[in-house]
Amino acid sequence: MTVPLIELKDLTVDFPVGGNWVRALHGVSLTIRRGEALGLVGESGSGKSVTWLAATKLLPAKARIDGEVLLDGKPIQGLTRDQMAGVRGKRVALIFQDPTSSLNPVHRVGTQIAESVRLHRGFDAAAARAEAKRLLDRVHIPSAARRLDDYPHELSGGTNQRVMIAMALAGEPDLLVADEPTTALDVTIQAQILDLLAEMRRETGMALVLISHDLGIVADITDRVAVMYAGRIVEEAPVDALFDDPRHPYTQGLLAALPDVAGPRRRLTAIPGQVPNPAALPPGCAFAPRCPAAISGCVTAIPSLDAVAADRRTACFRAGHATPWEIAA
Amino acid sequence: MLGYIASRAFRALVTILLVLTFAFFILNATGDPAILILSADAPPEAIEAFREEWGLNAPLWKQYLGYLWNLAHGELGRSMRDGRDAWAVVSERIPVTLAITIPALIIKLVIGISAGIVAALWRDTWVDRLVMAFSVTGYTVPSFVLGLALMLVFAVQLGWLPAAGADSWRHAILPIITLGVAGAAVLARFTRSAMLEVLGQPFIRTGLAKGLVWRAVVIGHAFPNAAIPTLTIAGFMIGSLVAGAVVVESVFAWPGVGRLLVSAVGNRDLMVVQAILLLVTVTMVSANLIVDIVYGFVDPRLRTARGGPARGGT
Ligand SMILES: Nc1ncnc2c1ncn2[C@@H]1O[C@H](COP(=O)(O)OP(=O)(O)OP(=O)(O)O)[C@@H](O)[C@H]1O
Ligand code: SF4
Ligand SMILES: [Mg+2]
Repeated sequence: MTVPLIELKDLTVDFPVGGNWVRALHGVSLTIRRGEALGLVGESGSGKSVTWLAATKLLPAKARIDGEVLLDGKPIQGLTRDQMAGVRGKRVALIFQDPTSSLNPVHRVGTQIAESVRLHRGFDAAAARAEAKRLLDRVHIPSAARRLDDYPHELSGGTNQRVMIAMALAGEPDLLVADEPTTALDVTIQAQILDLLAEMRRETGMALVLISHDLGIVADITDRVAVMYAGRIVEEAPVDALFDDPRHPYTQGLLAALPDVAGPRRRLTAIPGQVPNPAALPPGCAFAPRCPAAISGCVTAIPSLDAVAADRRTACFRAGHATPWEIAA
Repeated sequence: MLGYIASRAFRALVTILLVLTFAFFILNATGDPAILILSADAPPEAIEAFREEWGLNAPLWKQYLGYLWNLAHGELGRSMRDGRDAWAVVSERIPVTLAITIPALIIKLVIGISAGIVAALWRDTWVDRLVMAFSVTGYTVPSFVLGLALMLVFAVQLGWLPAAGADSWRHAILPIITLGVAGAAVLARFTRSAMLEVLGQPFIRTGLAKGLVWRAVVIGHAFPNAAIPTLTIAGFMIGSLVAGAVVVESVFAWPGVGRLLVSAVGNRDLMVVQAILLLVTVTMVSANLIVDIVYGFVDPRLRTARGGPARGGT
């Protein structure tokens, strides 16, 4: 078996909050193979962003990170922040939720893309600018040559996200982590950006991690989905298997909350109750207070993420029981 | 842009007129130049002659209109003390003041901005706390107290530097330090918070995410953004180059514009006071105007604020 592109092993993250350490990530393990697309799904605060910010050392310095990150099988968690700069952009690129504030307001977008091109491919200024224009063409921004000299505030959110994608492509990365790249955008534009991400992955063969609240969004363009809850992965499966046969009550709830294809869009808050505060997690299974399938054992022990089939894992004492979700429409 | 400058210039003109009018009436209402300049026990005929000579017997509104009329013709009037042209009296003091305010400005900018940057980059460390302690002290202690304290230590106790006067360059050192420390304190705090604000923005994370090292992100992405608010306060400091040293000049008996202002007010030497106020307002207002224009260059969001709708389809 070939070495996976990137492997997170038992990643934990603690933040100092008011003099105490609060654990936001409780041992996350994930494997991304070359060229594959993984969806990372969960409600707000479940630790999706922190997972990848920790893996790329982009968290604030005060955060305590433990566990292993292997890139091509080699551990990189020991690298200094500046050494990690050689990994970011070149091996692992990231794009974020709010494209307009993710771009520097005082630099032209062409300059910002060219900066990445020069950094990763050592082009001179003129060549980098030409390459920046080519990248804008690739992400289908009309009249790319003229857009090079625009500032982010002169462009729409969708165009800015295309700029972010162009910038990410500049380093020809092996993995693109897209953290809710469409959450801040209009519905029609969301679809265009997702199409673009899928197209870029086909063209470049890079792997993709798509982070989202929305199982529906992730389903269209990924091969495999990991579901997170309260700082843990609770279920992981190929997309089709997950949709056909969700094993974890939380996943079942997320699916039950999905609108019909024709129906109106709803948020995932359709699962009753709230995500627990990481500083005050319930004992046992963190999902127990909201779980219709909970039994008494669920509040005394934490279920481990176990393989339930060759390619899927679930963390639930009652994995596989159909949960009687009553989701209010 | 031209319309903008014109409207700013008009507002500046109104400001200047208000300041001059206000000062004119306040000074007239609070003292009699004839008595203050000639002294109270001068012979009544002399006082009357002085009044006559300077037109002080006319009704106040007539004096005011006469003043405006002269001003409109570019005449700032004469000093009642020695009959010299008021502008000549004021302008000879400008270089004296600049001799301490320009070096002080350089100290403020260099120390204030770098201390603020260092504090922000090493936030919550001992460096940060040291800078903030200096900063808080620097701007809560009034400059006359700081000036007197420095004078006590370095002039009186240690005898390293002269206490007051302007006979040599060594006399300038304490006034410069007093001015510089106070301004650096303000600027340090301002720069620090501007930097912290910028460092928390998502585009800083983008800079790191694209593979830049921290130093490159700070220099290439944080500085240009943090410069924008810092510019405002620096512009204000430049605007106060001629008039920002009133207190310090008084403490150290430094014969600059500020000290002239204090003595002219004391004597109700109206035209000299008005000339100084005019000078001060004009420099403040033009510094502001320049800052506004520079803003446009530094911050593209202001430049294209009237640039129409967002482009680029999606
Ligand atoms: N810098 C930080 N300091 C303290 N706590 C943090 C910090 N960053 C994240 N957290 C906490 O870590 C937890 C996970 O946050 P994270 O941003 O990963 O959630 P998420 O799944 O990405 O949610 P969202 O969908 O809202 O982006 C949250 O409880 C959050 O409050
Ligand atoms: S372990 Fe228990 S509480 Fe947790 S999801 Fe499974 S059934 Fe529900
Ligand atoms: Mg997030």
